[in-house]
Amino acid sequence: MLKLDRISKVYKVGVFGGRDLTAVRDVSFEVGPGEVVSLIGESGSGKTTIGKMVLRLASVSSGAITLDGVDVSTVKGSGLKGYYRKVQGVFQDPFSSYNPIFKADRVLSMIKDEYFPGVGGTEWRHKIDASLEAVRLDPDQVLHKYPHQLSGGQLQRLLIARALLLDIEVLVADEIISMLDASTRIDVLNLLADLKTRGLGILFITHDLSLGNYISEKSVILRRGAVVEMGATDRVFGNPLHPYTRKLLASVPQLHKKWEPLEAEAEPRDGQGLVQVEDDHFVAGGERG
Amino acid sequence: MSTVSLRVENLRVWYRTLRGDVQALDDVTFAVADGEIMGLAGESGSMSAMNPTRKIGKMVQELLESRGVGFGAMRVELDRRLELVELSRDVLDRYPIELSGGMKQRMVMVLSTLLNPSLLIADEVTSALDVSTQKAVAETLVGFRDRGFVKSMIVITHDVSLVYQIADSIMVMYAGKLAEKAPTDVLVGAPRHPYTQLLISSLPEVGVRYAEKRLTGIPGTPPSLLRPPVGCRFRDRCPLAFEKCLEEPPFVEIEPDHFVACWKAS
Repeated sequence: MLKLDRISKVYKVGVFGGRDLTAVRDVSFEVGPGEVVSLIGESGSGKTTIGKMVLRLASVSSGAITLDGVDVSTVKGSGLKGYYRKVQGVFQDPFSSYNPIFKADRVLSMIKDEYFPGVGGTEWRHKIDASLEAVRLDPDQVLHKYPHQLSGGQLQRLLIARALLLDIEVLVADEIISMLDASTRIDVLNLLADLKTRGLGILFITHDLSLGNYISEKSVILRRGAVVEMGATDRVFGNPLHPYTRKLLASVPQLHKKWEPLEAEAEPRDGQGLVQVEDDHFVAGGERG
Repeated sequence: MSTVSLRVENLRVWYRTLRGDVQALDDVTFAVADGEIMGLAGESGSMSAMNPTRKIGKMVQELLESRGVGFGAMRVELDRRLELVELSRDVLDRYPIELSGGMKQRMVMVLSTLLNPSLLIADEVTSALDVSTQKAVAETLVGFRDRGFVKSMIVITHDVSLVYQIADSIMVMYAGKLAEKAPTDVLVGAPRHPYTQLLISSLPEVGVRYAEKRLTGIPGTPPSLLRPPVGCRFRDRCPLAFEKCLEEPPFVEIEPDHFVACWKAS
């Protein structure tokens, strides 16, 4: 379905654009229907840039992103509108996605104006009810309310409901959990898990390894724009082979297990290609532990 | 416990707003012992801010002068502590914006403990940091306590697993009230308040294989602090709630050093 094939992103920096800054280097992976792929990295890893390229908010410097075989970078005009029918994004700060002077459900009516101008009132209302039900929101609690009257979790669900009004195939979810209250985080995560059973592919971008481990079938660990390790989540987390993956895992605070002093591991050379170490498990530089 | 660094009794903080009083803290009583790091788990707070238009060295100097201490007299100690948190002396000639998040947070820690305060309140100091930096900053907090730069600490965070790593005790608050306080291993291993139990069991962890297994969240949302419910503030969301919960449960010591505010626990 969504396929990233050796994509890179190079920014020109410096006064006359004389220096190149590579934000994403040679990244390839796929997101299939009903599959959650976690894109995990620290700040500066390029994870958000990849999300933006998928959403056409940033151009691709080299390589290609395809959706069902169609090169995403070539779609224009009505083709782009059609692309956004299938691919939508939800981001970290739900409050910034709303205009505080309008009611929050305006994000839904804007979809009607843009994509469904011919749909009648009753039919539209049914559509809204269905998508609110899918994100487990009570229409009476969220419709006709201003953003400040709703919680972060409700606003985030409403944005997911907005995406579901379109017949999306791929949802790009960039750090959508990080600003939510502790007690509502797991509900939004479980909601994503429900959506994948409806056939939706989800690109789940996060810095939080425990969220990636919980929600995804596949995990991609990024460092400085390049993939260091990727594959089936239970292999990447259960048998981490790259020193960077191990270091991240050892740094995550866990319950019932205290931090241990880190053993220094040799830093692998950068710029090494991915090597397959077992079924559905790839590691940069051929690290075998 | 030994001597007490901080004692808070029946503290109430209400914010006056146009829509009424927000009861942010209500009848809060606890103590922090000398040498104790207490984790305080609740919903999110804000990150400490630095003045972006001043060089860091200048800020240190002004801060010391405001306390009647000469910069020269502290210079040796300052350099020693910068070295300890692996910051070079050059940071003093730089502006806060030139520092990474982790460097800034370590600088703030050095700055706020330079005069060896009795108590340091660290509010969400690691929440904006990358995971490996977060560990380094959290361990620095412990190092500062061990070296006596600060006697006791309250580490405020939304992340129970972070304070589990570094705190001696953890206090859990819900809707402006104390729910539970216990030594760290007791609070995480054998919590007695239903809110603590649900909070801990809803946390995803890296050491677990989930596959199709789902964690359950806490149904409902926290009550408005403008008009908090009478009785236990968690009762609307609590699976154990019964008639008695219309009465407010007292925060009582059920075992040595283990305090809970729940009718079902006492």
